Amino acid sequence: MKTITMPSFGADMEQGKVAEWNIKPGDTVHRGDIIATIETMKGLIDMEVFDDGIVEQLLVQAGSEVPVGEPIATLRLLGEVAVETPQIKTTPVEKSEKPSTPLYANNEADYTTPVSTPPSETTAAISTQPHLETAQQAISLISPAARYQAEQQGFDWRTLPMGTGPNGAIVLADIQRYFQAEKSDLNATTPVKKHTHIEHDENEQKMRQAIAAVVSQSKREIPHYYLNQDISLTHALQWLQHYNETQPPESRLLINALIYCAIAKALQKFPTFNGFFQNNRFQPAEQVHLGNAINLRQGGLMVAAIHNAATLTPVTMMEKLKDQVIRAREGHLTMSEMQDATVTISNLGDRGSDAILGVIFPPQVALIGVGRVREVAWVENHIIKPVTIVSMSLAADHRVTDGHDGARLLSKINKLLQKPEQLT
Amino acid sequence: MKDKNTLTRFLLEQIQTIAPDSDTDNLDPDEDMRDELDLDSMDFLRLLESISKQLSVNIPEVDYNKITTLNNMVNYIQAIAR
Repeated sequence: MKTITMPSFGADMEQGKVAEWNIKPGDTVHRGDIIATIETMKGLIDMEVFDDGIVEQLLVQAGSEVPVGEPIATLRLLGEVAVETPQIKTTPVEKSEKPSTPLYANNEADYTTPVSTPPSETTAAISTQPHLETAQQAISLISPAARYQAEQQGFDWRTLPMGTGPNGAIVLADIQRYFQAEKSDLNATTPVKKHTHIEHDENEQKMRQAIAAVVSQSKREIPHYYLNQDISLTHALQWLQHYNETQPPESRLLINALIYCAIAKALQKFPTFNGFFQNNRFQPAEQVHLGNAINLRQGGLMVAAIHNAATLTPVTMMEKLKDQVIRAREGHLTMSEMQDATVTISNLGDRGSDAILGVIFPPQVALIGVGRVREVAWVENHIIKPVTIVSMSLAADHRVTDGHDGARLLSKINKLLQKPEQLT
Repeated sequence: MKDKNTLTRFLLEQIQTIAPDSDTDNLDPDEDMRDELDLDSMDFLRLLESISKQLSVNIPEVDYNKITTLNNMVNYIQAIAR
């Protein structure tokens, strides 16, 4: 049995809200399936599952705020026999002290219909798992009429406290009383629109505080050193222009795709910049998962990983970048994108400043800054000529590497960008 | 081909879809639209993508400097669609 917990999408996250469940007890899930949408201050994130198995229980309702690390569901791994569900001391719903969590469908508030309830199919699924059924009955008893009523209304009666029937069984009167309380609670809340507006402001403030916490920790603990190198893009742009000439807009590449490919391939050759510094030692990562710092238009930023970036060509890199920007705006980045970055790129875009010296995102050990692509007077073979360049910077952790290594990394990126045909 | 107003409205709608929070209402049609609306190179490419798909107008990369303002873009599209 495996317990699925509220994931962390970065050192700056304390809790998340299960905005929606895509699964119900009895469902078979496969590694990589999106099982829930988690709402954080960084927006909505799709949560993946990392094992193949059958969903045993959803421990929290859609709409619940849950601290990072708290159990939210249990999974029976494939090949595993149904086992006794471990006793959960208190259900997170009780713990959250939020009795106003909407528990029934079709309410007028802006909540999505909860799916974590055990509707009739679920009951069928549970009955094929006799041990589980027994375990749940030990936690709470319910009369058939009360259970029917609860299921009709579509909420999880297991989350209710003990009832007034024999041995603390929940009876019909308890269910009805609960719904009455729920309704008056809902009526008392502020109008929905105003509420979400306040929530948005709070989110913005929370994100600011979270960024503050991370960068402060970084600057307090990581002895940064900085390097900067101007890189001519003459060859890269020539290659790009030639490639794009024959392409419709949807297949054209941006210079960023080439730059990111060069960075990823260089990092593969310099593993001391790609990994994590934890417990006083550096652990290199096996793959380069390039964290792309995306500026959110409404304020703040988030870092989304481009997995196995060193294996991508400019064309596949471009597809990833485009797809990620669209999903970041729509709120459909996935959990692994939020968690897996082994190094970060901060890119000011082609209209930003000339260069950026970044703050390392702990526990990573390097951040590569990409400045504005711009035209400058450039000296080559004693001749001054106009050349389009980019200033690339490296902020690195001096506990792991020295300036000499950093200079070699930047030099490697430069070399790769001078032979763009080799990036494909 | 569509008249100027329809085309302008179409372009602003596309920009809204790509960058929902951009202030297209107050866009000066003679100012550089990427600066004014804070559109990055990816946003701009996606705009050209929707123009190409929905109006069947393929704007080559070498002409990007002819379509920096909203008015220029409208004129450009009208000219090559004719």
